[in-house]
Amino acid sequence: MLRNLLEKPWLPQPDNVVGGNAAVAVPTSAERIALRFFLAIVGVIFFLFTITFLSRSQYPDFQALAGQPWQPLSNPWQLWLNTVCLLLACASLQWAVSASGKDKADFTRMGIRFAQLFAILFIVAQYLLWQKLHGLGFFVASNPANSYFYLFTGIHALHLLGGIIALARVSLKFRQNGSLPKLAANISLCATYWHFLFVIWLLLFALLASSPETYRTLAAMCGFLR
Amino acid sequence: MAHVAIADQEQEFHEPATFITKYIWSQDHKVIAIQYSITAIFVGLVALVLSGMMRLQLGFPDSFNFIDPSAYLQFVTMHGMIMVIYLLTALLLGGFGNYLIPLMIGARDMVFPYLNMLSYWTYLLSVILLLASFFVVGGPTGAGWTLYPPQAILSGTPGAGAGITLMLLSLGVFIVAFTMGGLNYVTTVLQARTKGMTLMRMPLSVWGIFTASILGLLAFPALLVSAIMMLLDQQVGTSFFMPALLSLGEQTDYTGGSPILFQHLFWFFGHPEVYIVALPAFGIVSDVIATHARKNIFGYRMMVWAIVIIGGLSFIVWAHHMYVSGMNPYFGFFFATTTLIIAVPTAIKVYNWVLTLWQGNIHLRVPMLFSIGFIFTFTHGGLTGLFLGNVVVDLPLSDTYFVVGHFHMVMGVSPIMVLYAAIYHWFPLVTGRYLHTGLGKLHFWLTFLGTYAIYLPMHYLGFLGVPRRYYAMGSTDFIPDSAEPLNASITVAAIIVGAVQIIFIVNLIWSLSKGRKSEPNPWGATSLEWQTPEIPPKHLNWGEKLPVVHRWAYDYSVPGVSQDFIPQNMSEAEVERLKT
Repeated sequence: MLRNLLEKPWLPQPDNVVGGNAAVAVPTSAERIALRFFLAIVGVIFFLFTITFLSRSQYPDFQALAGQPWQPLSNPWQLWLNTVCLLLACASLQWAVSASGKDKADFTRMGIRFAQLFAILFIVAQYLLWQKLHGLGFFVASNPANSYFYLFTGIHALHLLGGIIALARVSLKFRQNGSLPKLAANISLCATYWHFLFVIWLLLFALLASSPETYRTLAAMCGFLR
Repeated sequence: MAHVAIADQEQEFHEPATFITKYIWSQDHKVIAIQYSITAIFVGLVALVLSGMMRLQLGFPDSFNFIDPSAYLQFVTMHGMIMVIYLLTALLLGGFGNYLIPLMIGARDMVFPYLNMLSYWTYLLSVILLLASFFVVGGPTGAGWTLYPPQAILSGTPGAGAGITLMLLSLGVFIVAFTMGGLNYVTTVLQARTKGMTLMRMPLSVWGIFTASILGLLAFPALLVSAIMMLLDQQVGTSFFMPALLSLGEQTDYTGGSPILFQHLFWFFGHPEVYIVALPAFGIVSDVIATHARKNIFGYRMMVWAIVIIGGLSFIVWAHHMYVSGMNPYFGFFFATTTLIIAVPTAIKVYNWVLTLWQGNIHLRVPMLFSIGFIFTFTHGGLTGLFLGNVVVDLPLSDTYFVVGHFHMVMGVSPIMVLYAAIYHWFPLVTGRYLHTGLGKLHFWLTFLGTYAIYLPMHYLGFLGVPRRYYAMGSTDFIPDSAEPLNASITVAAIIVGAVQIIFIVNLIWSLSKGRKSEPNPWGATSLEWQTPEIPPKHLNWGEKLPVVHRWAYDYSVPGVSQDFIPQNMSEAEVERLKT
């Protein structure tokens, strides 16, 4: 990129230069470039939510969901369970990617199915967790920490749902014409997106299950202390 | 070689056969560009009418019964939001971005044509949602275009019910539409350039649109995040932004949220938004000036670097919109410094435009008139920006008409000037006909001088301390009586300038069928969009073979060559033959 920007196009140039994207050593597909930008956008969205969370956490009415034994996320076994679910979904999809690379259609299909199954299971489990918290009296609007919990998990689930739909489209194409090499790239794009969402989930999990002291430290690092 | 994979791939391209696939559900970037442009210009006209009604109230208070205080605030809000987002962003990126990117880099279409089509229809949905708010109970929101909480969603603000909900939904839908479009523009520039089109051979229009798209992709999420959280505050009763407060004498259920948090998020989007609008305009005006001055753009590489640096800096200046919100003085110092630093690359660009004109062979055609007009309005708007960037100067001037004058000059009038230049410049390419020159010149002079008649006095009103957004001044001690006729004169000028745009619309419609037919490359331009086999370009743009690029886009008046421009796709051998 930098070398491109240092070019001097106004000087006489040898006519055999064909330039264009020929300078790029490793060809990257347009889809992958677009996906990278999309991941950047999703990253910015969660980053901004997190920043507002840290700022909001320093207001006196904020009661964190973890830190004291009686708070629901102090012993987040259910969140760990969900995390394992999502991990299995990502692992299955990765399996499908490597199977599609070796031209094994059956394994690919199975990998995709398991990935969808575990991802849907994850969303259902998140929903059950919502219901449990709601049952315990942690309503959406009763405390900003609760609001953020529902907001973070909800937005994350929506993104995962988008990923499931994209994967469903790929597997539909797979059923229709079944040509693996063409679809391998698409499956691999889906896998990248899912892994990214898994990493985001880990960060959200860590954030949501932290104690008020951690928030305070992080907020101090951002200059949010009041 | 990645570009071949997309540009020359062996897939079959079917020309759409039916009217519906050709003009309605079209995936052709040129048709989508025109759809975007027509929609954007239509909502822009709505916003223009709204501004006229605001001015009627301000110039002749209490003369018009249908403008009550609520209606006035609603006009202000909708005018601002429509102009900034639904007109300027959509027209510059959705309209010109779509039309120019593939043609200028020598591609057959956008990389993802289907996504491109979806982008337009999603944009149309957001426009419909926005305009629908005029017809709901309570009318559109009157919260001001910045939508600051807590007042934006409290009863007492006009449109606090359905109006603000529709506004937030519409913004969300717009952001989805923009993201689909933006991903397309960025990927197309990176991946679909033709043979020989290196990044540093791209016309500056493409550079501007490309950088602005990246800015948009990274900045719009901030607006999305704040819209989502505000919608939750309003619908579900969360307290992200809403502090504990009394509303109409009653304690609300909100606890201690932070309105300032919203302001930070909003301006983290809002300031890059200025450059999302400005950078494509910078790029386009550079190309128009170089073409009509028959001279290469002065300091091409500096121009590219300036675009990139402005884009980067635009993310760290947002809090200069919030000096009066209260902040740590060191933050104020930081943001004042970055704000003033951004003036450096911007000034480089202005100098380079002037130096391009210097000793050029200037043809004062209508696009050139608008471009030179832009240099004036942008310089004036930019200089007042230096005033407002300083904390101590901003504090007394904040929320006065000085600010209104400043931002209308710098990001209202200036991009509009460039848009007009661009429309007059590329109309022959899009339609094969010229716009009428006489009407165009009349349109230019009345618009150019008229905007000065509107906005220069506003700076003076601002110094007097006349606050913005007020429905009526009443009798206020510190404002002299002379402010009243001044306000009336501004209104008269505004009504005239508004009416003059009818000349433009008439010209547009008349020239479409009756305009003088243009030759293939009427301005003698070098960039690729004028080198297509047919003008206007047909589906897939390039006929059998893609063009091959041999040079940058600014080989005008090269010494020793008989023709005063060398198109980008002309090889050295062909140039040799032109040498005298």
